[in-house]
Amino acid sequence: MIRFSHVGRGMLGLSLLVGSVAASADEAVPAINSGDTAFVALCSLVVLLMTLPGLALFYGGMARTKNVLSILMQVFCTASLMSVLFAIYGYSLTFTDGGSLQSVIGGLDKLFMVGITKDSVVGTIPEYLYFLFMLLFAAITPAIIVGAFAERMKFAAVLVFMTVWLTINYIPMAHMAWGGGWVFNLGVQDFAGGNVVHLNVGIAALVGAWLLGRRRGFGTPTLAPHNMTMTLTGGSLLWVGWLGFCGGCALAASGFAMLVMVNTMLASCAGALGWMLVEWQHRGRPSLFGAVSGAIAGLVAITPACGYVGPMGAILLGLIAGPVCVWSVDKLKPMIGLDDAFDVFGVHGVAGILGGLLTPVFALTAIGGQGFPEGRTLFDQLLVNGGAILFSILFSAITSLIAFKVAAALCGGLRVDEEAEVDGLDLSAHGEVGYKYSN
Amino acid sequence: MKLITAVIKPFRLDDVREALTEAGVNGVTVTEVKGYGRQKGHSEIYRGAEYVVELLPKIKLEVVVADTLCQAATDAILKAAYTGKIGDGKLFVMDLESVVRIRTGELGEDAI
Repeated sequence: MIRFSHVGRGMLGLSLLVGSVAASADEAVPAINSGDTAFVALCSLVVLLMTLPGLALFYGGMARTKNVLSILMQVFCTASLMSVLFAIYGYSLTFTDGGSLQSVIGGLDKLFMVGITKDSVVGTIPEYLYFLFMLLFAAITPAIIVGAFAERMKFAAVLVFMTVWLTINYIPMAHMAWGGGWVFNLGVQDFAGGNVVHLNVGIAALVGAWLLGRRRGFGTPTLAPHNMTMTLTGGSLLWVGWLGFCGGCALAASGFAMLVMVNTMLASCAGALGWMLVEWQHRGRPSLFGAVSGAIAGLVAITPACGYVGPMGAILLGLIAGPVCVWSVDKLKPMIGLDDAFDVFGVHGVAGILGGLLTPVFALTAIGGQGFPEGRTLFDQLLVNGGAILFSILFSAITSLIAFKVAAALCGGLRVDEEAEVDGLDLSAHGEVGYKYSN
Repeated sequence: MKLITAVIKPFRLDDVREALTEAGVNGVTVTEVKGYGRQKGHSEIYRGAEYVVELLPKIKLEVVVADTLCQAATDAILKAAYTGKIGDGKLFVMDLESVVRIRTGELGEDAI
């Protein structure tokens, strides 16, 4: 998430304070800054909006009428479940000292949030706020994977998979990257979770799509999205929240945080325009779905880069990310042949990898970037980022496979039967329908 | 009496209604329908995936008129619904055996 060279302190630096609240006698007692607190609290609220209802609506519109509630339900309940699990053990395992295992996992000091009080401080904000902000990352990340196996996975299997995935994938990944683990110590330029969030869910999506198989009717008109207005509403809420997602990672109401937010905004705009222009030229018509998807692609690509690049670099990154993701969903997806229903890999995975690899390029001070840690060159940073990306791909693939297999074993398979799928998951899994056309 | 059924492009509905009113037609039943003729539908593209939608949205109008008004009504519909492009629709005219106004029990042309 946050790794500063000369820029200043960030979430990671501060996270190391967590678990060591008991300061030594000669250290000043940490003080809460009301401005920082208000800022991060506001960022937390908009990150919650990203998930509920943002992500749910974004995906809901892409589903068919008979599955819209199942998508909303899967995102909603995943976010709820992940939040509770993060409170019980996720926070402790991510952000406390893991002792001899510190390089890969945190400790148990704050299991059940023990030791966190209203007076606990992380940096200049209350620890409860830091906890909440990090909880919201844990809530949205697994929920993104819902888009891969949409319209065909058992609801119970979704919840089991999410539980296992959070435990064996997200928490270790987050600790390694943000909680003082070995990835953190590499000095990877990944400001707000390009690897832990986007690349990670993209790979999990591929694994899920592979294990679950294609939806019935794949490639036919029956699978067309049902409500683009809903997708725009959700996508726009994602955009709003993303500014808080990235900006809040600065953990301070500062000029640097504003730079991060501006970068995030510009990359999203450029991503939308980039996708739109390519689609217009290629298909003859610019689509709303394309523009929204481009905005998300820009946001994903800027996630690792937003703390290291300048505004013009952010625009360039967005302009590249949009067309690259057009290619990924238009050309790469058919080549892979998997039914990643809502293009989780095609947008999050591809743009996450792209952003991670291009972050050092646009971090060059010559083009307005923030530069590199002392003694490090562009090539050095590219190697570090590329290595972290490779590790993330492998780790995500293995842990996601395990999580899906466990869910399948415990739930009698991952996929609903043919009748339930044809009837739609709204009725078969939840006993409701999204739309009533008559009273 | 005649039953005139017309399947037209949705965006021509207002013009057709106005034309029917000018022709002296008192009432019309309008239904949103889907179907296809020679036009055969259209393509929609979502993120590169192309979906051919074979059933196109259309408007179905049903008008009951006296024999003496039939020609004027059909002319009004044909003129107002015309765009010259594929998919303008169809018009059917059928003999009508009987009409009853439910409220009053009137029969035949008095019930129109």
